[in-house]
Amino acid sequence: MATRFTVKGLRASIEGKEILKGIDIDIRGGEIHAIMGPNGTGKSTLASALMGHPKYEVTEGEVLLDGENLLEMEVDERARAGLFLAMQYPSEITGVTNADFLRSAINARRGEGNEISLIKFIRQLEAKMKELEMNPEFAHRYLNEGFSGGEKKRNEILQMMMLEPKIVILDEVDSGLDIDALKIVASGVNSMRSEDRGFLIITHYQRLLNYIKPDFVHVMMQGRIVKSGGPELAERLEAEGYDWIKEELGIVDETVGQA
Amino acid sequence: MSTQLNAPVSRENIEALSQGRGEPGWLTDIRKEAAALAGTLEWPRPEKMRIDRWNLTAFGVDRHPELAGDLSQLPEEIRASLPQDAANLVVQRNSGAAYRNLAEEWKAKGVIFTDLETAVREHGDLVKKHLFSVVKADEDKLTALHAALWNGGVFVYVPKNVEVEVPLQAVLYLDDAEAAFAPHILIVADANSRVSYVDRVLASGAGRSAVAVHHSVVEVVAGPGALVRFASIHHLPESVVDLSIRRATLANDARIEWIIGDLNNGNTLSVTKSDLQGNGSTSDSKLITVGTGSQNMSITTHAVHHGLSSESEMETRAVMRDSATAILSGVTKIEKGATKANGHQTERVLMLSPKARGDANPILLIDEDDVKADHAASVGRVNEEQLYYLMSRGIDREVAERLIIRGFLEPIVSEVPIEAVREELERMIEGKLNA
Repeated sequence: MATRFTVKGLRASIEGKEILKGIDIDIRGGEIHAIMGPNGTGKSTLASALMGHPKYEVTEGEVLLDGENLLEMEVDERARAGLFLAMQYPSEITGVTNADFLRSAINARRGEGNEISLIKFIRQLEAKMKELEMNPEFAHRYLNEGFSGGEKKRNEILQMMMLEPKIVILDEVDSGLDIDALKIVASGVNSMRSEDRGFLIITHYQRLLNYIKPDFVHVMMQGRIVKSGGPELAERLEAEGYDWIKEELGIVDETVGQA
Repeated sequence: MSTQLNAPVSRENIEALSQGRGEPGWLTDIRKEAAALAGTLEWPRPEKMRIDRWNLTAFGVDRHPELAGDLSQLPEEIRASLPQDAANLVVQRNSGAAYRNLAEEWKAKGVIFTDLETAVREHGDLVKKHLFSVVKADEDKLTALHAALWNGGVFVYVPKNVEVEVPLQAVLYLDDAEAAFAPHILIVADANSRVSYVDRVLASGAGRSAVAVHHSVVEVVAGPGALVRFASIHHLPESVVDLSIRRATLANDARIEWIIGDLNNGNTLSVTKSDLQGNGSTSDSKLITVGTGSQNMSITTHAVHHGLSSESEMETRAVMRDSATAILSGVTKIEKGATKANGHQTERVLMLSPKARGDANPILLIDEDDVKADHAASVGRVNEEQLYYLMSRGIDREVAERLIIRGFLEPIVSEVPIEAVREELERMIEGKLNA
């Protein structure tokens, strides 16, 4: 069955404040969707709510991955169902090495009795790290501890490559990356493009989309998708900024839930 | 505080015991004097914990084992984690040595590694010079009782310039519910020598249900430029009280590295102190503990700076479950005149239960201006963001929590110098976390 990820009328709030005010997205395997928009419009909240971050409360809507309702699942179950979120601010965890963590995550998917062999795991890990031009020693470093911003982002992409999810959400994966790192990250993402995998790329810069060509571009303001189009929309945003959309829609303040 | 003496602590009993073991007069005198002191001194009073309310009566009776020619006579569970070749090993069972071995290679270089009772007979002058030179018998009731009653024990001597490249191991265990179990460990590292010592204090068989007091004193004398690495894991059952005093005195440029795992299930007093006498001497102590059940623990690491440019690092990590209590004190004391001294300490507590108590208690006592000293302390629960992150990769909550807890202890566990001991430590931690 081809991958299908559908978000319908998703509303979510944090501490009683509504941030997402009805989001609809439909992603099929093979497609890349980009969500763009200025800061504070609810983009990262969308990523966190889809993954199931405990701080966000979903009040309405539906999220289906291949017909299964993700909103009824715990965070780990969503991941095992095939959802992956490359986080903007990945946690640092002392005492847990990158390699041990990744092996636990892979085995969690494979289930008891079907664990990946150590040799196969190491071979895969080394190959993917090489692709991302990561120093092999990072496998034995504690998870994200002491990693630079760029190293953390590469490490997120490494996890994506190792876990082979069906739906990948990249939350501001381009922030804090220099142009070389950006190219490496983009080529990592491109290498994962396939007919049975969909992507949702959240960014407020167009530059990442120069390297990862989206099929659809959505603009978020005030907790809603206010405009959708093809790759040409991203190019126009890059050239002209967001003001023309605000004007067109009569929006004065595009943010949501700000104090 | 009552000054009533337990039967085994009377001067007459002590004298008979000492003579029965064929100990020299000087040692019998030390024991007799200490027995008298024990009747007049008070129990130590650590911060926020009354250890004098613990059951401190079951000092046991003398049970010396037969000396085993090989390890096959030892219980399987004790044998399992011992070195395959049984080399460089001392085993104390109940009140005395059950096994001792040092490879010829090290003997030839003048290294001594044996039980302390044997060392008293065979290397009397050396032992006499250092015994109770670091921890004095007259400090309090505990040190006095210990000086009167100690048995078995371990003695390490490393001559000048000798570097012992393999770790010396000791296993000290209780498997007799009635036995006195009071090892004294004396390590003397002469100038520019180097040695690693690793021990485990355990109970087996009938020792698991023994109502007993294990009291031990560790004395480390590190000569100029010497490096001593001391690792110790205590895993005694709920019914055994563990009173352990460890102390090192450091000459110029000497260094001590303590790695302590306090993994008892019963009440525990653990005091680990570095006395930085020498200029340029350094000390590093790393300690972990897991509190479970309703046990009470008073755990102190302590560095006293006398020497110029002396440096100390202390790091303590505790995981607290159930209704266990731990008072974790770190004391950095910089004496007047110890200029350019540098002391740094950290205490971190991970709370897994609302009924558990874990107090991080950093204390800086500074009597000199031109020094550096700082501390960091934290008490917290398993971090929700970290849990979310691990779970977002498909790891279930329970496994994710376990990874975070293990990770919290890992930076110290990974310092244990022998792989088999490190693995055993990991099993003990798992056991306490699963109990």
